[in-house]
Amino acid sequence: MATYGEALTALADPTRRLVFERVADAPSSVTALAAELPVSRPAVSQHLRVLKDAGLVADRAEGTRRIYSVDPQGVAGLRDYLDGFWNRSLVAFKRAAEASAPENEPRSTDDQ
Amino acid sequence: MTSSEQATSTTASILVDVTVEHAFRVYTEQIHTWWNPDHVLLDAPLAAVVLEPGVGGRILARGTDGSECAWSRILDWDPPHRLLFSWDITLQWTIETDPNRCSEVEVAFTPVTESRTRVQIDHRHLDRHGEGWESMAHSVSAADGWAHDLTLFGAAAQA
Repeated sequence: MATYGEALTALADPTRRLVFERVADAPSSVTALAAELPVSRPAVSQHLRVLKDAGLVADRAEGTRRIYSVDPQGVAGLRDYLDGFWNRSLVAFKRAAEASAPENEPRSTDDQ
Repeated sequence: MTSSEQATSTTASILVDVTVEHAFRVYTEQIHTWWNPDHVLLDAPLAAVVLEPGVGGRILARGTDGSECAWSRILDWDPPHRLLFSWDITLQWTIETDPNRCSEVEVAFTPVTESRTRVQIDHRHLDRHGEGWESMAHSVSAADGWAHDLTLFGAAAQA
């Protein structure tokens, strides 16, 4: 089971992040990725393996090629980690605070 | 790649387009308008979430049958700038009665402009929850369902 820790580590490498972003744009084969990125084919394969181990991408066979795409579950796990309990709590708070703010509130002053 | 090293605190912050006074008021007096109703430790259906103002006050949920469950004690009260409360929850998600085994949460309200406020949460001393405290750190840092949250957001946005 991949954890968000592995996902964060996997994405810490700039080249690997580039590969991941390209896969997130559209499901791709190793050949297509290597053609578009300044990275050799074996290097692309290696980066994809790390991303797959981290749960960020999944692959499927299509004819003789393997097509890599984003693994929604792994990405959701990472997103959960990045958002966090308190962040979500704050987002709910922000919504409530702004919704209840007096619309035409004059400039606030320090004397009550 | 495994690192068991985990921070004993976690932080979060947000910018809110309201005055610092309003932000503090909504956080405290109107906690029922934004606290996630699933984040209460109550058996009965939820009737209210209440933050009792001032040092010694509690943050609690009240059930429709009158039962109460308080998971925080207000430790410091400095309106409209700062609020400090305890986090009296065990690793089994029951109420912790030993104050030495509770972590604490600081909420700081800092005016950025006259009508904009930064609200920062600092949940610290998570290791006070004792052996296995990392699970609490993970719980307050991690979400409990992105899809669920989106549902809530959709409902609120359309209200």
